[in-house]
Amino acid sequence: MPLMLRRPFFWVITAVVAVFAFLPALGDNVQLRESLALATIYITLASNLNLMLGYAGYINFGSIVFFGLGGYICIWLTDAHHASLILGLLAAGLGVSALAFVFGFGILRLRGPFFALSTIGIVEGVQAFVQNFEPWGGSAGIYVSPEVFAPLGGPARALWVIYFALVGTMGLSLYLSYGIKISKFGLGLLAIGQNEDAAAILGVPTPRYKAYVYSASAFLPAVAGGLYFFKSAFIQPADAFDLSLSTEALVVAMLGGQGTVTGVALGAYLYEELRGYLLVSETFSHFQLVVAGMLLLLIVLFFPSGLMGFVYSRFPRIKKVLE
Amino acid sequence: MLGILASIIDGVLVGLVYGLSAMGLTLIWGVMDVINLTHGTMIVGGMFGLYLLVTAAGVPPYVALAPVLVGGFLVGVALYWIAVHRMVGRPPLMSLLSTFAVNLVLIGIGTGVWGTALFNVAVSLPGITIGRYTFPGAHILAAVLAAVIAAALYLFLHRTRLGKAVRAVANNREAAELVGIPTVRVLAVSVGCGVALAGVSGLLIGTLFPFTVLSGDGYQLKGFVVTVLGGFGNPVGALMGGVALGLLEGAVTPFVPVSWTLVIEFALFVLVLIVFPNGVFARRGGL
Repeated sequence: MPLMLRRPFFWVITAVVAVFAFLPALGDNVQLRESLALATIYITLASNLNLMLGYAGYINFGSIVFFGLGGYICIWLTDAHHASLILGLLAAGLGVSALAFVFGFGILRLRGPFFALSTIGIVEGVQAFVQNFEPWGGSAGIYVSPEVFAPLGGPARALWVIYFALVGTMGLSLYLSYGIKISKFGLGLLAIGQNEDAAAILGVPTPRYKAYVYSASAFLPAVAGGLYFFKSAFIQPADAFDLSLSTEALVVAMLGGQGTVTGVALGAYLYEELRGYLLVSETFSHFQLVVAGMLLLLIVLFFPSGLMGFVYSRFPRIKKVLE
Repeated sequence: MLGILASIIDGVLVGLVYGLSAMGLTLIWGVMDVINLTHGTMIVGGMFGLYLLVTAAGVPPYVALAPVLVGGFLVGVALYWIAVHRMVGRPPLMSLLSTFAVNLVLIGIGTGVWGTALFNVAVSLPGITIGRYTFPGAHILAAVLAAVIAAALYLFLHRTRLGKAVRAVANNREAAELVGIPTVRVLAVSVGCGVALAGVSGLLIGTLFPFTVLSGDGYQLKGFVVTVLGGFGNPVGALMGGVALGLLEGAVTPFVPVSWTLVIEFALFVLVLIVFPNGVFARRGGL
């Protein structure tokens, strides 16, 4: 950790988090808060996806499962069992991480494309489970009574508390991404992404590292899911496992530049702004997936290293400050 | 007991159609190591081709096979040039992302135009009754047609010049190029055939069950299960895998709620990949 404090990029992250926290709070600007809240969720999902995609080179089409399951666990604990929000969030993060760890050892024995296919299966499997699981309301979902907001000082104040928690989750995601990147663990992951066989021969414990990173990439999205669904006070399978969100996380990570911390955060912010613009315009609001798909296709075909790849090739020095 | 037997026979009939769809998936994988994530949507394309031809143009359902086959082939060739051509020879993850992106665009357009409403094409054919059980005529005809089309594909791959070229490219692209096979054209034809098979099997499924724009996901997952059962890149194995999956579905449906069948199939998918990485019906050699 002290090593991290001496790096300039650590302070860049801290500054970004501070701006996110103070900007809407300064003018009590609720509209800005809602727009930034969405951006924090995109950044959280995309940075954690990036741990798999950008570092270890494994595509996870099912990152939304972490978000949705986290939401369910948190809502279920706070609503049916009257747990406090913090307890619900912790349980969501730890529970989903543990689940991912167990699953990870199974499916991470599959390499490359086969792993990606099995993550599609995980989405279907978890969704089918939740739809049939009566304590979680089956396909009707769970409505939360407004009383759960009481410990946070009523609904209006609760929204601010949740927003700051979301910003915190985003900050932790960025620190986690960066911390892993500069660690020995991260070096092992990058080696796996380059050539898994060679990494294994050089002594990287590949199955264990992959399971660790899969599990680590589950924690914060689960917390974000808990906060998001607690905020909307309602959860149902169709929203919790909305395929488009996990797709967008993928688009965002590729847009900004997989494997970079700044790029992914920047991509998430830009995509959120673009999406807001498209939703307002009449013609595009129904064709959000089309736009996301087109964007992804263009990036994959022509700019596989994303925004940061372009910036790095133009200004190689910037790599020292923005990682 | 007889009820289970009837359910299994019906499952095998439907399984032949799944096998046909998986042949399209496995053909593309076998020739160029590309996993086609638009597969499910192409199946839905076949279903909507059927729906539009039957309701708007008044074409009899099984006559619609021909235009869907040709249309699917053309769409497949277009897909090759748009999303696959630049990806051949690059890491398989990139083609996974590019076909995924095209799939998003198609799904987006589909839901924008048709929403997620349920569509149904009623096909009434006399069934065959044995004792207390009746096997619907549509199921039997779909299975027969699937088997015929699968046989046609086999003959194409083994008896025609172009089919032999496809197998040669699957076996070793560089060697094929050295002996003068136009590999790019062969790759485009393979994707065309793969998508045409998806479309045709979609049409056949559309005569059996109601469908929505988003139905493709489930059928695509079934396609992957069948493909790993049969061994990636092995069309004959895919057909057998389809029958095996149908058998399983038929045996399981009487006991388990429908929404769980996908979960069971997915578990099977992971299990097969881990235990038999080369497929249960694997054989050595290429296509």
